[in-house]
Amino acid sequence: MKYVDEFRDGGLARGLAAAIARAAVSGRVYRFMEFCGGHTHAIARYGLEDLLPANVQLIHGPGCPVCVLPGGRLQMAIELAERPRLILASYGDMLRVPVAGDSLLKARARGADVRMVYAVDEALALARRHPEREVVFFAIGFETTTPPTAVAIRRARAEGLGNFSVFCNHVLTPAAIAAILAAPDAAVRLDGFIGPAHVSTVIGSRPYEACAAAHAKALVIAGFEPLDVLQAVLMLVRQVNSGRAEVENEFTRAVSRDGNLRAQQLVAEVFTPRAHFEWRGLGRLAHSALAIAPQWADFDAEVRFSLSERVLCDHKACECAAVLRGQRRPQDCKVFGTACTPENPLGSCMVSSEGACAAHYSYGRFRDRTTQGESA
Amino acid sequence: MCLAIPARVIELLADEEALVELGGVRKRISLALVEGVAVDDYVIVHVGYALNRLDPAEAAKTLALFAEAGLIDGAASKAAP
Ligand code: SF4
Repeated sequence: MKYVDEFRDGGLARGLAAAIARAAVSGRVYRFMEFCGGHTHAIARYGLEDLLPANVQLIHGPGCPVCVLPGGRLQMAIELAERPRLILASYGDMLRVPVAGDSLLKARARGADVRMVYAVDEALALARRHPEREVVFFAIGFETTTPPTAVAIRRARAEGLGNFSVFCNHVLTPAAIAAILAAPDAAVRLDGFIGPAHVSTVIGSRPYEACAAAHAKALVIAGFEPLDVLQAVLMLVRQVNSGRAEVENEFTRAVSRDGNLRAQQLVAEVFTPRAHFEWRGLGRLAHSALAIAPQWADFDAEVRFSLSERVLCDHKACECAAVLRGQRRPQDCKVFGTACTPENPLGSCMVSSEGACAAHYSYGRFRDRTTQGESA
Repeated sequence: MCLAIPARVIELLADEEALVELGGVRKRISLALVEGVAVDDYVIVHVGYALNRLDPAEAAKTLALFAEAGLIDGAASKAAP
């Protein structure tokens, strides 16, 4: 496949790995966090950690939309789904996320009408087909899924679809990166970030600049293919070696400094920033999420159904919060691979293939090296 | 849910939609977020929407950088003990 196979070439990967090994100064440890679950997935799937020298370490970040949504918001979605005459449409992975012994799948088994959709347009289609029912789209995700939700809300108004609304849980990437950097131990634990691929196609590289400068951390935006990740690591090592802390862009084939202005404009029209929002693992963060703007309140399920905020704790054995902060590795969790597996997840990080635990379970657990992480 | 691969536009449809080809599979997607897309362009598709167009010249430059990193290294490692 064009623009895929070339970016997975084994020979080039070995060349890049060798270049990284030579650039990395021995005796110094380099720790880079890949923010996105898409990168976590690529790193696990292609065994990229095995190609890197022992002193170049990758730490999984919180950039998996399914993983960071806190239990309370999921509980609210389940309560919504159980209302009579209501159809809740959700991206597939959300259905399996456990919350306090429950899940949307279990709610469906009890009789709630929960539909799995691949795109928000399918939720619109449900609203057209069932004018006698309320159709709520359970919107989750970072800046990549937000513009499609904005388009759907505008379309619903244009078509006069009075039975369509959105339970909005869209979150903002730069706020999460800032929160990780603001943690007291971040300065010593992290040398830089592999920055988001698809999120950056929308928001551009500019929004990371203030954060990288304020915390003196390098950030390299990278595509989701394995060679993109390796090239970004090389660029990060070079930045650290020369004492720079800049935003660089490896994914120039799809990301510009300004991003997709049309998408940004649609988002600004339909959404408004929330004062704060709860994240699994990162806690309550200021200006880290979007709500539907007041002029579109007819389409806001939180308003329409007078939803009240729920706060729930994770399962007590679950280490997801620390995994999402990059403070623990999946294999450090006591229930990893035993009580918690992709077939039977106990925590949110084991659900989506981009979740750190699921990625490690599927690809990495047979290669666990006892030395990994000890050189720190 | 962020995983997506570049798709080639094979036909422009009404209502800002297009037919794309993704690894041999044809799919209908929305072009509501991108301007000026033409047949044969590659777009990054996510949850049924094209997020951006892929720039072929930049893709070629990035591939050249990968090759260069490997080559420089090859030369250097021969010189190294
Ligand atoms: S193994 Fe399961 S419970 Fe433990 S951190 Fe991962 S997802 Fe959470």
